[in-house]
Amino acid sequence: MALTLTEKILLAHTDRDELTPGEVVLVRCDVVMANDVSGPVAFRAMKKMGAERVFDPSKVVMVADHFMPAKDARSAGLLKSLKDWSDEQGVTYYGQGRGGIEHTLLAEEGWVTPGIVLAGGDSHTCTHGALGAFGTGLGSTDIAACLALGEFWQAVPETILVRLTGDRSKYVTGKDVILAVIGQIGVAGGTNQVLEFTGEGAAGLSMDERLAVANMAVEAGSETGLFAADEVTGKYLEGRARRPWTAEASDPDAHFSGVLDIDLSALAPLVSKPHSPGNVVPVSDATGTKIDQVYIGNCSNGTMTDLRQTAEMLRGHKVHADTRAIIVPATQDIYRRAMAEGLLDIFVEAGAIVSTPTCGACFGGHNGVMGPGENALTTTNRNFKGRMGSGEAGVFLANAYVAAAAAVAGEIVEPHEVH
Amino acid sequence: MIIDGTAVVIEGDNIDTDVLYPGSFLNIDDPDAMKPYLFEGLDPGIRDRLEPSCVLVVRDNFGSGSSREHVPLAMKAWGVGCVLGHSFARIFHRNCINLGLPVVTSPRAAAAAVAGERIHIDTDEGAIEVSDERYEIAPLPEFMAEMIDSGGLVEWVRGRLKA
Repeated sequence: MALTLTEKILLAHTDRDELTPGEVVLVRCDVVMANDVSGPVAFRAMKKMGAERVFDPSKVVMVADHFMPAKDARSAGLLKSLKDWSDEQGVTYYGQGRGGIEHTLLAEEGWVTPGIVLAGGDSHTCTHGALGAFGTGLGSTDIAACLALGEFWQAVPETILVRLTGDRSKYVTGKDVILAVIGQIGVAGGTNQVLEFTGEGAAGLSMDERLAVANMAVEAGSETGLFAADEVTGKYLEGRARRPWTAEASDPDAHFSGVLDIDLSALAPLVSKPHSPGNVVPVSDATGTKIDQVYIGNCSNGTMTDLRQTAEMLRGHKVHADTRAIIVPATQDIYRRAMAEGLLDIFVEAGAIVSTPTCGACFGGHNGVMGPGENALTTTNRNFKGRMGSGEAGVFLANAYVAAAAAVAGEIVEPHEVH
Repeated sequence: MIIDGTAVVIEGDNIDTDVLYPGSFLNIDDPDAMKPYLFEGLDPGIRDRLEPSCVLVVRDNFGSGSSREHVPLAMKAWGVGCVLGHSFARIFHRNCINLGLPVVTSPRAAAAAVAGERIHIDTDEGAIEVSDERYEIAPLPEFMAEMIDSGGLVEWVRGRLKA
């Protein structure tokens, strides 16, 4: 029987011989991850379940990233609870100064390999589809069950095939690919389904860009955003992968619930306007919008690729006098590499500030939240009302070129106008 | 399970969990302490309309975005009896089921519900009564029904660990 990549992965993680779309099955996890927000809530649920130990400490990873470094005493309490629990259970813990933003970090640290199932207490766990893994976001009680039993329940999802063709023009990045998809299918268009990206346009995306694409699959309601493993995946995993792996793909005659064709050569840089990621227009339709703060970072676009694009725009320029710019490398390793490449110097010279890796202001937590009446242009993944602080603020989502260009111009402009 | 409660209608499609429980209050892990922040980014006045076993009536793709369980945890802490909607985002939907908070998808019943009216839901019979009209609910997959009957995922796992 012809199977999708998702069906193949799930089948290998159940006791079943075959799967039917929509049926609920128990799926075994290869990695279970939580953070300082989802973890402590999960620990309470795990205690109520009567589970004293995790199912397998070698498969559990805790990451301090949301309120790290602690914004207040309550956050410090959560971070302490995360570390104490991790020490007690003997699981891997990435704390302050030793990790970064969970999804970028887990990929970088080789936890994610093609064909695995990764259950994460964070909706953007779909990021790991970039490596051909079924990475999916769950709530804290689900995570507690994963910690206790190493399993979660899952309705077998169908897959929407997204076929990418054509060559991208300069300033069109992975961010624009996923914004185009969400703009077309809508914020609920992928609900209870997987997005699988394929075609020459997918092959041409670097791993950093695939992470950006997969990261926002949940913004279309999807369970994960998959890329079948290929040479790009293999190269990325060299010296990184924590386990052997093999490349698998959807069968050519597998059943897909939908097919979406996107011609990348027809794409221009895009921007998602307040207050929905699905509110997507070409940058040219949003030019002239005053921007009070530019924020470059987060689990979708805080990679070396994004920082290099930012540096390309900021080199020899100054951040506009009426605009603040915050740049957040996603991990300690990216931070160091950006420092070694001289990128941080370009940012600071231009008048931007460089933050330690953290989820920070992306979710309105701390470290650069927005005030009433202000506009942010950010490389993050959500622009819901109040997402970055005040409910009276507007958040625009775009790629790093567009964000850095806006930092220089003080308003939304097309990147070529600055460069 | 039988739920008999007053309808509290929340208008708008694609209501996300950020407005339902803003990020700045995620540094709380005790469900009772989450109560004052439920609906804070949408309309704090909704909290005043909540009463024990009330039925939240919601529209399409309710609970989209973040996986934060703080939303259904705070709803439970307020005593919400059921969430009845046109459709739900995946993670919010499963969080409700896991917590044993009944979540019912029925576009017709949700559309018919009027704020302040009584709604009667019988999940065993698979029926909802709204304004003297009866609507059928599609049965849940067996596993989910079994888990809800056992009181939610915590109880289900507890049972598995004892077995």
